[in-house]
Amino acid sequence: MTATARPAPGRSMAPRPSLRSKTSRGSILADRVATVALWATGMFVLVLLGSIIVHFAVAAWGVVSPSFLLSDPSGETLGGIMPVLWNSIYMLVLTMLIAVPVGILGGIYMSEYAPDNALTGAIRFAEESISSVPSIVVGLFGLILFVDNAHWGFTALAGALALTFFNLPLMTRLAEQALRAVPQDERSASLALGATKWQTIRHVVVPLAIPGLITGVILTAGRVFGEAAVLLFTSGLGTPPHYNFTNFDLTSPVSPWSPFRPATTLSVYIYKLNSEGLGAFKNQIVDGSAAVLISMVLLFNLGARFVGRLLTRRMTAS
Amino acid sequence: MPATAVYPEPLLRRVEVAAPVAAAAGEAVTQTGDVKIATEHVSISYSEKVAVRDVSLTVQPRSILALIGPSGSGKSTFLRCFNRMNDLIPGASVKGEVCLDGENVMDPQVSVVELRRRVGMVFQRPNPFPMSIYENVAYGPRRRGQNDRRKLDELVETSLKRAALWDEVKDDLRRKSGLALSGGQQQRLCIARVLATDPDVILMDEPASALDPVSTLRIEELMRELREAYTIVIVTHNMQQAARVSDVTAFFTMAEDRAGYLVEVGPTGQIFTRPTERLTEDYISGRFG
Repeated sequence: MTATARPAPGRSMAPRPSLRSKTSRGSILADRVATVALWATGMFVLVLLGSIIVHFAVAAWGVVSPSFLLSDPSGETLGGIMPVLWNSIYMLVLTMLIAVPVGILGGIYMSEYAPDNALTGAIRFAEESISSVPSIVVGLFGLILFVDNAHWGFTALAGALALTFFNLPLMTRLAEQALRAVPQDERSASLALGATKWQTIRHVVVPLAIPGLITGVILTAGRVFGEAAVLLFTSGLGTPPHYNFTNFDLTSPVSPWSPFRPATTLSVYIYKLNSEGLGAFKNQIVDGSAAVLISMVLLFNLGARFVGRLLTRRMTAS
Repeated sequence: MPATAVYPEPLLRRVEVAAPVAAAAGEAVTQTGDVKIATEHVSISYSEKVAVRDVSLTVQPRSILALIGPSGSGKSTFLRCFNRMNDLIPGASVKGEVCLDGENVMDPQVSVVELRRRVGMVFQRPNPFPMSIYENVAYGPRRRGQNDRRKLDELVETSLKRAALWDEVKDDLRRKSGLALSGGQQQRLCIARVLATDPDVILMDEPASALDPVSTLRIEELMRELREAYTIVIVTHNMQQAARVSDVTAFFTMAEDRAGYLVEVGPTGQIFTRPTERLTEDYISGRFG
């Protein structure tokens, strides 16, 4: 190699501009604009969520108290929301009891076993389509199928099954995505050690997919808390009676444990109060219920993430 | 490389490697016919594309066979037929016979689970599970139903000792994740994980290509030690590595429509000093590939 550099063929010998010259002002501007725009979008979402929380926290101040959470609704006084709060939790558990196991098993099938063919393509298409059917239509379907044709009347079970129609495809799809996101290397490593396919799924794939599965559970659960349209026609919107928590008779309409009773949930109750517009304390009750609903969703999400972390630890280090 | 490469005839030659290998390794000449693995006319294709063509060779017990050749010459694909990992690739089809201790592993009656316990595999990228070091090593035995705590402890310790990793990790076996180790340590953990399943054969697919030179040398040292008890087949791009560790070297080549030919197989010393084929000589001297 010689000391003086010779130009490579096709390269000019012209002196290079100084590194300090401001030739790229346009691209620097574009970079700044993009940074600010993206930051602003992110902040907007955060502010939106924050302002909803702040609004209802302020509105519900002085309304939400232990007695608001623990007493029955009352015509004359503020009363409470205990039965509808209980129904929201009850419906959540009932729906998730069906949607989570079936959704995860379906997701495992779709991700680990199903061949890529017309049938699985149709299943995925159906999953996406059902998720975007307007929920009032799903409610109508539940009304026809369970309430009328099966003669169940307005029942918690009819509501939970209608919600499952709505949620199971979403849960299955999200579970499939979470499982597919597990790197192929992990499966190969396990299979190469002589593990069977099921052992590989059970001990490697599912534990690694838990964060994604938890996201699926949270999104699915959020719909149960928030859904009013599906439940109007299936689990009913009457003001609930006083529940007797020592009554385990599953045919009794006042047993809070029975799936065969009408079960007005918190969201449906908010809808009902707001649209009927009766009662002296209507606005306070609506604000208080909304604040409780938001808190429940946030608590559930945090709780689910915590459980997810525990599960991951348990399953990966037995 | 010229588009029309001139291939020596015959393309395939079966070299009986038993006697020269043992002699090269400076040991008593083992009985001819002492064979751990024998492949007979193995051809592997992915849907339309042929990756390995009619390869027949034998591997002696307690020896190291290195598969060398340019990218795309089918050596990794060939390696993966020993533990039937090609089964996992949709559209892959394997013809011919792969015999392990005289049993054809391609037989539909063969349990791949049992086969993979006998023929372990170490991958190119270290891939410990995101679990503790202990659980990584105990993974194989646990899946076979071994749950006795004391036996597992013992197995984890001996496997880590054999993989030359014990001293570095013995203090936080259960607390530290396998992923918290360095690349070289992760690869030795993967080797320990394989050893814990008590295999006869260990397949290594470019086990050191993602590692720094010091870690690479440690893996090579380890391979020489493991050779006392196991049969090892290694795919490598690193010819010095093949020359340093292996007893026998098989050279695969590729060209248009010629991917996956076994050009030559023989004692490593001979392949690297006096190869029979022009192609081998060109490749090892860096003139092609």
